[in-house]
Amino acid sequence: MIIKDAQYKEKNIINKKYIIATIDGKVSSVPLDPDNRHYAEILKQVAEGTLTIKDAE
Amino acid sequence: MSKAAELAKMGEVLTNSQIGGRRNIIINGAMQVAQRGTSASGLGGTNNDYQTVDRFKIIAVGTAGRVTMSQADSGLNGFKKCLKLQVTTADTSIASGELFGISQAIEGQDLQQLKKGTSDAEKVTLSYYVKGNAAANYTVEISDADNTRHNTQSFSVTTDWTRVVHTFAADTTGALDNDNATSFQIAWWLHAGSDFNGGTFTENTWASRTNANRVDSNDTSFFDSTSRTFEITGVQLEVGSQATAFEHRSFGEEEQLCQRYYFQTLAVYYMNTYGNNPSTYSLGLYVLPTGMRANPTVTHSDTSQGTSFSSSANDRFSVLLGANNSSDSAPRANFQADAEL
Repeated sequence: MIIKDAQYKEKNIINKKYIIATIDGKVSSVPLDPDNRHYAEILKQVAEGTLTIKDAE
Repeated sequence: MSKAAELAKMGEVLTNSQIGGRRNIIINGAMQVAQRGTSASGLGGTNNDYQTVDRFKIIAVGTAGRVTMSQADSGLNGFKKCLKLQVTTADTSIASGELFGISQAIEGQDLQQLKKGTSDAEKVTLSYYVKGNAAANYTVEISDADNTRHNTQSFSVTTDWTRVVHTFAADTTGALDNDNATSFQIAWWLHAGSDFNGGTFTENTWASRTNANRVDSNDTSFFDSTSRTFEITGVQLEVGSQATAFEHRSFGEEEQLCQRYYFQTLAVYYMNTYGNNPSTYSLGLYVLPTGMRANPTVTHSDTSQGTSFSSSANDRFSVLLGANNSSDSAPRANFQADAEL
């Protein structure tokens, strides 16, 4: 799974925190749900030091 | 088979099998549902994802070979569709770390009837129809993700459709978690390097999972020729030691089961708006047709129609359309929601 450009989104009008990332070429909205496979992979790649998540703007 | 043997077999089925209601633990075993599309090419390398037929995932680790995966007409009486793999790029120089196959992952809460990890653990029987372009031997594996255990068996394909039946031993070690995460992965391994077939392959014995023991070293490499094909359908996993007739479910039932894991709209969808100020934003809500396994990842094909997609529950998500929508304030999108294992 190739994940790029991960960034937190939070406290917008939806008032939900989540991550926007490009996953295998697709812009994806990833919920902060540990059961979600993309979120789990993001956390894994962050732990391995191969991915960083930018703070929300 | 003699009458006495038939009666004995019937007795065993009645005693040890679930003969009524839902028997098949596998979802989309007849390969009827393919929400993502019916064909995907160039698969291999490090591709590990769902591509065509729902619930069946490609697993590729470092292969130079490539395949096309499709939902194809099977030509098998009673099964209109099959999952077909066709090699498009051969790979005869197999690196140690290469692995390729297809798999289906199953939630632990759907496997509790196996009583795995207890003294009452049940045998489980996996059956399926397979066909190839030529004779070949491959490996099928049940991998227990909760306890890092596995059980492997080899099987053969011919140029005719053949029903393969494996009864896996009961495993009294390692209970499965009763949750929505992967507990079993059923994998059909078609190509492996020595990291996966360089150890000791043992048929039908539960053991701690050791990568080198996962695949039979005598297996055919699927990537040995661009002529290679592998077709499979009628996949069934059931409690007990007997393979009963394939449990055909309606397309609607099967589609709904698949949508617990993946759902996409078939056309651009205009969403119900529950917050709207055309000069600044409009907010839409999409309620999914069934509760998904987890809060889904949402992707969409037209970013101009929604700037922010957010799923905070497993049955709905919100779409925010930004400030540049004064001429059109209804959020709309073609989207995909993914809660696969």
